[in-house]
Amino acid sequence: MNQKELHEISSRHQVNDHKARKALIAFISAGMLAVSGQLLNDWLMIYFSKENAGILTILFFIFIAAILTGMGIYDKLAKYAGAGLFIPITGFSNALSSSALECKREGLIYGIGSNMFKLAGSVITYGIVSAIIFSLITYWVRML
Amino acid sequence: MTYLYGFLFCGGCALAGQMIYDNTKLTPGHITSLFVVIGSLLECLNVYDFLIRICGIGATLPILSFGHSLTHASLSAAQNEGWIGILTGLFDKTASGISFAIFMAFWVAIFFKAHD
Repeated sequence: MNQKELHEISSRHQVNDHKARKALIAFISAGMLAVSGQLLNDWLMIYFSKENAGILTILFFIFIAAILTGMGIYDKLAKYAGAGLFIPITGFSNALSSSALECKREGLIYGIGSNMFKLAGSVITYGIVSAIIFSLITYWVRML
Repeated sequence: MTYLYGFLFCGGCALAGQMIYDNTKLTPGHITSLFVVIGSLLECLNVYDFLIRICGIGATLPILSFGHSLTHASLSAAQNEGWIGILTGLFDKTASGISFAIFMAFWVAIFFKAHD
């Protein structure tokens, strides 16, 4: 085994290690978000009904993600946590805020108004299309 | 137990997302759209309500729950109002999240400066 092969093998293993570490960080950061959300939810349940406490928890995360995006902190965190921050609902809020912020200089209507959905629009589109198709099928199946 | 299951489920979704992101050429946009469709499908199979019961916020936090709540709302409206409910009730549960996210994004864009 010559030096070159050895180097190739070592670099391949390094990449795998890197991927495993990133996956672990994503797992832990999303898990911690869920735990903190549950803590907040349990506290809100003292003052609100169960349903409203759940909604307020989600709104809290959307609020925090939008503010952090505005301050430029969210992108730095997302670079580190990867999917841990774009799979939870905070990623949706970040996608809206960051694309609105990015296109700010194109004006209020064509900049902020139109470009806000440049990244997050796909989630809304596929959510609605799949929801209508799947609920039509389920509705039809339940009717039988 | 809700805390543990929530941690595992939300973490597991992110783990799956990160694996897809690292091992394929899909972008975060592809992955989140895929997850929304999966969430919608899980709701039709009556899995997601069970997940929310045992995982709590851990199940409503991932983007999967966006597909779930769209489908759940339209199905429950369809049960009361017939097929037209699929369209009229579609946004019953997600309206708060989408409206608030758009509202926040607008004010963030107004008040903050763009970072490079």
